[in-house]
Amino acid sequence: MFYRENGQFKTTYAADQQMLPILQDRVFMAAVLVIAFVAVPLLANDYLFLSLLIPFLILTLAAIGLNLLVGYCGQISIGHAAFMAVGAYAAYNIALRIPQLNFLVVLVLAGLIAAAVGMLFGIPSLRIKGLYLAVATLAAQFFMDWVFARVKWFTDYAGSGSVSTAAIEMFGWKVDTPTEKYVFLLAILTVFTIVAKNLVRGHIGRAWMAMRDMDVAAEVIGIRPVYAKLSAFAVSSFYVGVAGALWGFMHLGSWEPLAFNLTLSLNLLFMIIIGGMGSLLGSYFGAAFIVVLPILLNQIPTLMGMPLTTAMISHLELMIFGALIVFFLIVEPHGLARLWAVGKEKLRLWPFPH
Amino acid sequence: MRKHLGIIVLGLVLLAGLAAPLVTGASQPGFYIEVLLGGLMAGVLYSLVALGFALIFKASGVFNFAQGAMVLFAALAVARLAERMPLWVAILISIVIMIVLAWIIERLVLRPLVNQEGVALLMATLGVSYFLDGFGQTVWGSDIYKIELGIAKEPVMILDQVFQGGILVNKEDFVATIAAAALVGSLALFFQKTATGRALRAVADDHQAAQSIGIPLNRIWVIVWSVAGIVALVAGVLWGSKLGVQFSLSQVALKALPVVILGGFTSVTGAIVGGLIIGVGEKMAEVFLGPVMVKAFDLAGGGIENWFAYVLALLFLLVRPQGLFGEKHIDRV
Repeated sequence: MFYRENGQFKTTYAADQQMLPILQDRVFMAAVLVIAFVAVPLLANDYLFLSLLIPFLILTLAAIGLNLLVGYCGQISIGHAAFMAVGAYAAYNIALRIPQLNFLVVLVLAGLIAAAVGMLFGIPSLRIKGLYLAVATLAAQFFMDWVFARVKWFTDYAGSGSVSTAAIEMFGWKVDTPTEKYVFLLAILTVFTIVAKNLVRGHIGRAWMAMRDMDVAAEVIGIRPVYAKLSAFAVSSFYVGVAGALWGFMHLGSWEPLAFNLTLSLNLLFMIIIGGMGSLLGSYFGAAFIVVLPILLNQIPTLMGMPLTTAMISHLELMIFGALIVFFLIVEPHGLARLWAVGKEKLRLWPFPH
Repeated sequence: MRKHLGIIVLGLVLLAGLAAPLVTGASQPGFYIEVLLGGLMAGVLYSLVALGFALIFKASGVFNFAQGAMVLFAALAVARLAERMPLWVAILISIVIMIVLAWIIERLVLRPLVNQEGVALLMATLGVSYFLDGFGQTVWGSDIYKIELGIAKEPVMILDQVFQGGILVNKEDFVATIAAAALVGSLALFFQKTATGRALRAVADDHQAAQSIGIPLNRIWVIVWSVAGIVALVAGVLWGSKLGVQFSLSQVALKALPVVILGGFTSVTGAIVGGLIIGVGEKMAEVFLGPVMVKAFDLAGGGIENWFAYVLALLFLLVRPQGLFGEKHIDRV
């Protein structure tokens, strides 16, 4: 009744190519942005920021990065936390060695370094694919874990191998309260999402999707696999590298070696499976799910009067993740994002059944 | 010759690395052989896990990420059951559990996903592996448990006349090697001589052809996953008795992935040879190359063995993607 696009005619090319062609979508998105930028900072408390919203925003960024590679380009990676680590340690070292540098510049440089490393480990994807690539990316995971745990230069010769970050400052603005961090992260995520959205609907994204759907056919229509795959690795690692730097600086503050281990890589993969592969919206859903589930598991049994032990919660978490992955792969391979799309379709016809 | 140049160069480099500690006199011959044997023993265990991978991949084309979780699950089952009953009863019951597990996995995971692409199946087994990790620890507990095989743990000194200091060998490792050899032998017999084995090989060759001559695919998959479960059980028991049964077992078993890359996905021989190469390679690298690297790059300790296997597999993928004994056909890009 409310969600109909009939009567909205496109009379210019610009109107035809805009990101959200339907008026209701634009209104909805504007409302979401107003709520996220204005209402949430006014209403939420520190606990909500620190344990829910900040991890959610950063993980979403990482999930978008992985989704560009796995969901859009079809190159599987089970070692993406390694590139988060590259981003985090790069940002740490840049900020340490050039302290007066603007944090935004640090972020971009960290992302670029992660992109370079990502391309390096993406080279095998030119010769192998599928399962084989999975093992190649595992090599990246374990090798980078080792490099950052053992090479002392990266951790500034700290005895324990753990590092703590400096204060975040840009344009004279010190980002230190949870609310400020939230707003900063939200702004970054908004920009990165818009860029990603335009990447995937432009010629680069179409080249990626063609590679994913059938590489031989893509080559025949003139897409160069070297460029398509390596650009996917580069962009994906850039996103994930920036996310890693933010994870280190804004969420962890200080971290031990192995903070970016295989578990984090697998969690990123779960986010995009559950959220929806090949969907930016899905990355949001998946990240929200992964952040919220442990908290729910923690809270609900306590509210019901039978608190679980921590070990039990972590086991339950594993079981629920595992079962859900299998469930989604069987029932809805396109994840929560697909359910959202189905809901939208239904809304369009409502209140009529057909 | 040119076609094999890459693999020849890689092989020569590896051999040179293997010989270097002896030639340069960096190590006593006795110690060298000790490290070599230690590597071989670890390699046997990798081979066992890799064998489970290769079996499942051969018969169903599924890249079973959950093999490590199955090893952990089986080892936990044996360890906890053995607290209440004799070891052999515990092992028998665990075998039944693994078969039931195989049946459930086939029913709930594989059958609905039939004809999906390999990557979707890989992710499904990732899900299975997470579920099994959580489920196993919920049911059996998450402490460190011991499996007592009743073999003396203290090392035996051999050849102390030949080398100065002799060679220390663990008796348990010998038992592990013999068990692995027996397992491989009986698997080979099973595959070559029985009707079921022939059916398995037929399915491995061509799913559709096998189905059209009346081989029930679903039952074959249950059998393959059961066999893989039993192989996982043997690996879990041997490994558990050596290192204790704990969660990290599931991660160590990930090393079987580079092993199958090295040996070739579909080859049982490859799984065994690959396991031995990786086992020896990473021990050698850790013991002899590690200190050199620590000195050269001023590292905070060794730990090369954490990534050596994976990087070796990566190099192999670049020069010989089908592995040492794998079939020629591979999805090249």
